[in-house]
Amino acid sequence: MNSSELPDPAELADAVSRGERAALATALNLLDDRRSESRQCAAQFLARLQQDESCAGGRLIGITGPPGAGKSSLTAALITVWRQRGLRVGVLAVDPSSPVSGGALLGDRLRMKTSSDDDGVFVRSLACRGEFGGLSAEVWPMSLVMLAAFDVTLIETVGVGQREIDVSRMCDTTCYVAQPGSGDSVQFLKAGILEVPHILVVNKEDMGAVARRTLSELGAAMNREHSDGHWQVPVLSASATRGSGIEALADAMEQHHEMLLARNELGPRRQRYQAQWILKRLLDEFGSFGIERLGGEREIFDQLQVQDLALFEQYEQLRQRTVGFYNDIQPVL
Amino acid sequence: MNQKTVQRDRPWLMRTYSGHSSATASNELYRMNLSKGQTGLSVAFDLPTQTGYDSDHPLARGEVGKVGVPISHIADMESLFDQIPLGQMNTSMTINATAPWLLALYVAVAERQGVDPSQLQGTTQNDVLKEYLSRGTYIFPPEPSVRLTTDLIAYTVDNIPKWNPTNICSYHLQEAGATPTQELAYALSTAIAILDAVQASGQIAQERFQAVVGRISFFVNAGIRFVEETCKMRAFGRMWDTMAQERYGVDDPKQRRFRYGVQVNSLGLTESQPENNVQRIVLEMLAVTLSKNARARAIQLPAWNEALGLPRPWDQQWALRMQQVLALETDLLEYGDLLDGSPMVEAKVQELIVGAEAEMARVAEQGGMVQAIESGYVKRELVQSHTRRMRNIESGDLKIVGVNCFQETAQSPLTSGTDAGIMKVNVQAERDQIVALQAFRAARSQGEVDASLAQLRAAAADGANIMPSSIVCARAGVTTGEWSEVLRDVFGEYRAPTGIDISMVGQTGSAALDDVRERVRKTGEELGRPLRLLIGKPGLDGHSNGAEQIAVKGRDAGFEIVYEGIRLTPAQIARAAQEEGAHLIGLSVLSGSHLELVEDIYGELEKIGVSGVPLIIGGIIPEDDARQLKDQGVAAVFTPKDVDMNAIMADMVDVIRRANGLEAYA
Repeated sequence: MNSSELPDPAELADAVSRGERAALATALNLLDDRRSESRQCAAQFLARLQQDESCAGGRLIGITGPPGAGKSSLTAALITVWRQRGLRVGVLAVDPSSPVSGGALLGDRLRMKTSSDDDGVFVRSLACRGEFGGLSAEVWPMSLVMLAAFDVTLIETVGVGQREIDVSRMCDTTCYVAQPGSGDSVQFLKAGILEVPHILVVNKEDMGAVARRTLSELGAAMNREHSDGHWQVPVLSASATRGSGIEALADAMEQHHEMLLARNELGPRRQRYQAQWILKRLLDEFGSFGIERLGGEREIFDQLQVQDLALFEQYEQLRQRTVGFYNDIQPVL
Repeated sequence: MNQKTVQRDRPWLMRTYSGHSSATASNELYRMNLSKGQTGLSVAFDLPTQTGYDSDHPLARGEVGKVGVPISHIADMESLFDQIPLGQMNTSMTINATAPWLLALYVAVAERQGVDPSQLQGTTQNDVLKEYLSRGTYIFPPEPSVRLTTDLIAYTVDNIPKWNPTNICSYHLQEAGATPTQELAYALSTAIAILDAVQASGQIAQERFQAVVGRISFFVNAGIRFVEETCKMRAFGRMWDTMAQERYGVDDPKQRRFRYGVQVNSLGLTESQPENNVQRIVLEMLAVTLSKNARARAIQLPAWNEALGLPRPWDQQWALRMQQVLALETDLLEYGDLLDGSPMVEAKVQELIVGAEAEMARVAEQGGMVQAIESGYVKRELVQSHTRRMRNIESGDLKIVGVNCFQETAQSPLTSGTDAGIMKVNVQAERDQIVALQAFRAARSQGEVDASLAQLRAAAADGANIMPSSIVCARAGVTTGEWSEVLRDVFGEYRAPTGIDISMVGQTGSAALDDVRERVRKTGEELGRPLRLLIGKPGLDGHSNGAEQIAVKGRDAGFEIVYEGIRLTPAQIARAAQEEGAHLIGLSVLSGSHLELVEDIYGELEKIGVSGVPLIIGGIIPEDDARQLKDQGVAAVFTPKDVDMNAIMADMVDVIRRANGLEAYA
């Protein structure tokens, strides 16, 4: 969009909350736009959107796992089940960017082919653009938009090892999809490289014995009590191709969601994610020096959690303060 | 030597791959071709028939009767073979996912003609595995697909013994970029997968299994490097013989013969100076006829103008005459094998065998061909080979006369006629077909249809051979769409790996690529976000190689490519463009249905309020149509003439720039 065509932020936020598809597309494009006038518009838009309580509700689910484990097919199968249960679904599918060209080939849509007359599903592919340890910086603000419009927001990321952690730092419920026959997942869990997800699922149970073996190895390798507490991590088996085990997977996700609601954990969690996102962006922009000048990670984090401001406002305040420090530095002559 | 006493070998079976518009129109064409000396039939089905949809299904829009004949039910099949006695005909059917169904219709028509089905001769291509790698007319996941293939084989071995139940195709692998080594390895690995599955199904008694091996035939490609291609055919023969003996214990040498049919290479046919394709086709035909011990059993040649559009009867006649001249005028058929004993040929054959065996071992390590396809391994290898080929054409290392060298040409009288040298399809054909189909449905006995479909469903679910119940369905007037729908329901649908997740190969700083990358990056900055390109194939055409090449190149040039794959409705493409925030929509259509599909996509974009997103299209698009598409609003049309991928990328950037009010670079 040209700067002259920037949308009215308040109108756009209201249209997104009403779930209008064209508005959703415009909002996602706006959050992707790096020009300064667009960023201002995006800040106002998000401020308005975050006043709407739908942004604080919904289910924010992360699906991750090694390449080839069948995450997209599983996502497609889950979409079918959620739609049958009357839930509207927004998907953010993240794929890696090429470090050489900066380009990306995003192929998740291919497996998530949905009916073209169902307004209850919206899929946006994202390239991770080499930032943020695997998750594009745009994912968090975009997931707020999705949460405002849909009952379920699902973030799908590819990753092995460390990168999965980013998803669990952003989603209410994290589900790890393991590939049968590959020992990687088990090794990562044992070595502590893989932070324990809330739900573990072995896809491709149609492969038979090899899938069952991976299932039992995973079950044995991990401590079932999640570090968040109050949650026993289920180890499930499913087949996206056959459509088996999908209902049970959706049920497990729902139980985790209900647990969070019952314990009033959803709000604090989201606030924590927002704070983490801001910290990470500041770190990207100013490095640890900038963070230290703001009082250190802990201090910023605590402040962010007591403030009740929209995402970009919080970020902008801290950013301005940091820029101020730099302006104060007198050149040594 | 007195000419009359010379012993000549019997010529191979001469066919022309054809079919269009309707069963009646195709029947006329077949009878005309037979009267011209063609000795067998090769049926081309349209894409709805190949992918299991009736002519009135929304996905069939624009595709009915385009790349072949529409066959929706027994009455269509009956018209197709009207006045052609099936008892004496040898019919090859290029049909895969729906092969059991089309064979069932063929059997039912034979019964109506009073012919005993056990007398039928011909071939069903019935090789779904290569559809996942190239061509794209698969429907079901690999496991049930292999089962359907197996069922057809087991049925014909017992009931139609002279039928070639499967024609394992290395043809389309070459079209997808395979090297001769890869062609050998993947075709033979496919044969292993199929034969092992037949064995495991327990449908064939052990002592009859030799006959199964003996009925397996191949469908091979012949490219322009005709010496290497001849060696490839000799390698095929030797490897197959060894495999049949060692792996399957076939002791009758006759049952171990590598029997194959050929369609020569289409990939190398050019749109520029298309008359040069004539000599290409002739040389390629030489590759599969020269060596008597490795000679093709059946040959069909493409027409010189295939890269321009659909061939006319005269173009097909020219292709048939090429075969007749070689077989009847030259002395080729008077000699034994010309290449036996040549050390040069022997060394090349050995080299190919060693390479192919190594690649077969890699496939076997992964559990076999089905697993290597499911994991995306084979497709990735093919995309990589194809990408390498495109780069070599681009750099000029691979010479193509009239394309990347000697481009200057006088005006061609062949393409300057009123029809521009190609066949104009009857636009009325689709509507007529739909009217006839709906009348047929209304006239049949619904009770009989329902009962036969229930029988089919039961067979599909409980693992009984699919053929008997399919024949019952054919007799009862079930349609292609209904037959397929039942199986879709039982088996599920499938999307094959794309192979586009290959790493960037050979990115040795080309100045042209660097330049394009800079343009992509800068334009992205000016527009506020990285350039996003949506690539998809509307309609039913599954030839995804072109789309995949653009996707890979686009990524290498710095675009964010959203690849949506094949078999998309116009509504799906429009929605994806909206959801993904695409700066540009790139379509690929090779089936000839571009005009209808583009019109529909514009309609859908408008319906959901997407404006200002430019659209480009690539495919086999005649010049007249290209002009019409541009009038409809299409920003750029790319055809096989456009081989400079960097130039295509630069054009795409400019299309986006113009659509957003920025000045174009070029």
